[in-house]
Amino acid sequence: MTWNKHDYDEIPGTYVFDGKTSHAAYPLNKLLFSFNHAENREEFAKDPAAYADKYGLSPEQKEALLNDDFLGMIRLGANIYYLAKLAVPRGFSVQDAGAAFQGITTKEFQAKLDARAEGLVDRLKEEGYWNG
Amino acid sequence: MARIVGGVTTSHIPAIGNAMTKKLEGTPYWKRFFDGYEPVKEWLARVDPDIAIVVYNDHGLNFFLNQMPTFAIGCADRYENADEGWGLATLASFEGDAQFSWHLAESLVGQDFDIATCQEMLVDHGFIVPMALMWRHLAEWPVKGIPLAVNTVQHPIPSARRCLALGKALRKAIESYPEDLKVVIFGTGGMSHQLQGERAGMINVDYDLRCMESVVSDPDWLASQSTTEIIEQAGTEGVEVIHWLVMRGALDPEVDVIHKHYHVPVSNTGAGVLVLENA
Repeated sequence: MTWNKHDYDEIPGTYVFDGKTSHAAYPLNKLLFSFNHAENREEFAKDPAAYADKYGLSPEQKEALLNDDFLGMIRLGANIYYLAKLAVPRGFSVQDAGAAFQGITTKEFQAKLDARAEGLVDRLKEEGYWNG
Repeated sequence: MARIVGGVTTSHIPAIGNAMTKKLEGTPYWKRFFDGYEPVKEWLARVDPDIAIVVYNDHGLNFFLNQMPTFAIGCADRYENADEGWGLATLASFEGDAQFSWHLAESLVGQDFDIATCQEMLVDHGFIVPMALMWRHLAEWPVKGIPLAVNTVQHPIPSARRCLALGKALRKAIESYPEDLKVVIFGTGGMSHQLQGERAGMINVDYDLRCMESVVSDPDWLASQSTTEIIEQAGTEGVEVIHWLVMRGALDPEVDVIHKHYHVPVSNTGAGVLVLENA
């Protein structure tokens, strides 16, 4: 009984969602998946701890969930697409989550994204990728 | 005989869907991104396809982690969109073409691509955002849609090379259908982005543009990369760029570039648009 090792495990700041992760976090992701339905989002909002217990979360998963600890949930195996089903309806954007992962403000995170465009106009025009 | 009129690449992120719902296309943040689609819309009006095959990944609407097909194709007469918990407006359902889908499935499995068949399939933002980008200005969807889902959510995911090979098999499948149908293929998703972990927010412009060049003129460059190499360069979610290779594999080795456009950032991603026709 052993999990395969993968070269992608060595990429810094990156949690590749594979069988090992998905197996460990199955109850957590099943809970997050349930948020596709509005009535489940409402039930969770009324009593988050009871909802976590209903899905059989581990104590660590439950603690991260109840504290909106996004990085903690990712480290425990939450899939980012499923985590969004928790975060977005509760008013967190993907930039808010990204900022939380890095421990910076959302504005700082967005400024880093905007900086990717700096100095690109000439290159895109030159290489034919410019319209509008 | 059914024939392929061309292929399109596009982002499919939810932020684009929200921008369209809120009619933000003309705002400073969004204008240049949406301007990149005007030539695509003109091209689509000109080639007038009957069917759009949309290659995308389901992000946890239709497929949960309990059952995760590596490749899956919709084989239904109609596909519904639904609440996926991301706050996106639910769009009108899409007409499918069950006979054509089942033909594709038979042909692909006959060519040793053992694709899963789905007679009920909810389509998420990966499918609906591209459709809305192309045709939201019309009262009804002008094409039938066929969802072709690639697992890029739970590893192991298919290799880039396998996606290119699927495209080649898909072309044979399309062109062996007796009915005169015009088919466009959308390779959706990407480009570089990582939503999770401390590396969230990474965007790799050099790699994105290299990928676009590769998809145009040298698909083997991208197809020869390992999943880990693509994740390193494009991010865990940017690995969706392998969907583009399914579209590319269905075209001739030589293609004409009708349109290309790149914009950064769109939400957390680089956004690349290509319109390709067989040369």
